[in-house]
Amino acid sequence: MNLFADQLLVLVMLINLVMLGTSRLIFSIRAVAVQGVILGILPGLIHPFSTHLATITAVIILAKGVAIPYLINEAVRKAHIRREVEPFIGYVPTLLLGAVFTALSFVFAEQLPLAPEHKDLLFVPASIATLLTGFLLLTTRRKAISQVIGYLVMENGIFLFGLLLSEAMPFMVEAGALLDLLVGIFVMGIVINQISREFSSIDTSRLSALKEE
Amino acid sequence: MTDIIIHCAVALLFPPLLLGVIGKTKAVFAGRVGAPYFQPYYDLIKLFRKGSVFSDTTTWVFRAGPVVTLSAILIAVLLIPLGRHAAPLSFSGDLVLFTYLFGLSRFFTTIAALDTGSSFEGMGAAREVTFSCLAEPTLFFALITLARLSKSLSLSTILTHATSATWFASGASMLLLVAALFITLLAENSRIPFDDPNTHLELTMIHEVMVLDHSGPAFGMILYGAALKLFVLGAVFINVALPVSTGIALADWVIFIAGMLVLAVVIGTVESVMARLRMVRIPQLLVGATILSAFAMMLVLR
Repeated sequence: MNLFADQLLVLVMLINLVMLGTSRLIFSIRAVAVQGVILGILPGLIHPFSTHLATITAVIILAKGVAIPYLINEAVRKAHIRREVEPFIGYVPTLLLGAVFTALSFVFAEQLPLAPEHKDLLFVPASIATLLTGFLLLTTRRKAISQVIGYLVMENGIFLFGLLLSEAMPFMVEAGALLDLLVGIFVMGIVINQISREFSSIDTSRLSALKEE
Repeated sequence: MTDIIIHCAVALLFPPLLLGVIGKTKAVFAGRVGAPYFQPYYDLIKLFRKGSVFSDTTTWVFRAGPVVTLSAILIAVLLIPLGRHAAPLSFSGDLVLFTYLFGLSRFFTTIAALDTGSSFEGMGAAREVTFSCLAEPTLFFALITLARLSKSLSLSTILTHATSATWFASGASMLLLVAALFITLLAENSRIPFDDPNTHLELTMIHEVMVLDHSGPAFGMILYGAALKLFVLGAVFINVALPVSTGIALADWVIFIAGMLVLAVVIGTVESVMARLRMVRIPQLLVGATILSAFAMMLVLR
């Protein structure tokens, strides 16, 4: 079972790299949805079955795999954008940076004082790598939507780390975090629509330049 | 002994058939009858019977190009195990020699292209060198990963080590390796989506443009060398992707040859369903392949 969980975690890290390398927004939204579904399956693989677990799995797949991607898709459709045009750092350099960060997270996870039963699993490096990928997406992309996706990826990374603790972590905490995220996406969606209506573009770097009309 | 004879016979006679199978597959996809399977052999025989024309501006480098290229690849053929049998030549660390034999052949192809003084061939040489320096790390990372798995530095052990048990134990990294090796296979042999072997349009050519000035037997050697290169890299791929070993020598050879033919059909299918990538996208895909193989290595090293 743990072996299968490791393969899924490798897939999660590959999806990170795909998201760093692609310029198509629809594609990265789909990628983040697939990542969410994988995250939903993971708890079932490492913990014994319980109703608590089944609820978590169902809620996560619904929220991360269906609801949130649907909301972002709507925002993309309304704002009429299809691709991230000019990121602050190009795709190949971010891809390489992402690979370096993934490698570093493996090194870093080795150094951490982890419980012996978590030592051999890929959970900790995968979660740090996903977190760093989220940071990269947030900082290198111009479009507000890409930044929302980056935020989502970061949350996925945090969730992966929390997965190890899901026995100890009460359901309410996870539900609260998901709710926060959902509200965040809503707010971002509204903000994105506002930006695109006011400025006929959702390039956030233009917001820093103030100018009288 | 018989294995060595079969090894040499297969390696020398079989490669052009791969090109024939690829051509036939593409023809079937396009709804044509296509050239016969043995057309590449006829082409080679025709070329070797022709005379050569050498430009006055070229030097010995231009004539040495095809010879060195072909001989480097012929040595590479001897280093690689085919069909789960050990290679005729093997020593510890031959994976570095193997990779740099390709480097040597590429160097002489490009320098022969530059020797003609044609700016057009110079452009092709620049492209070839740029893309292959992105493809080379992939091959190295893949070989290092396999070396780590088999705890050996000799290609014969490295490439025959992978069994179905290895696939179960480290399936993720093996899968990444197969993907990375397939991309390298396509890139190194200048197939679609990296380069279209059929075009003669100046803006799209990479490899093809460098050999425009060669004629007759020299061009035959280049074509034969290209077929051999496809065969060698295909054999590396098959050894990793199809880790079946029956224990019966003859059955292993048959499985190997069947695997190579299937690989040729797969390459033909890829070429039929995909368009050539834009020039700017090629480095992205190659860097992606490097990252895949580096990632596989990281998983194995952990």
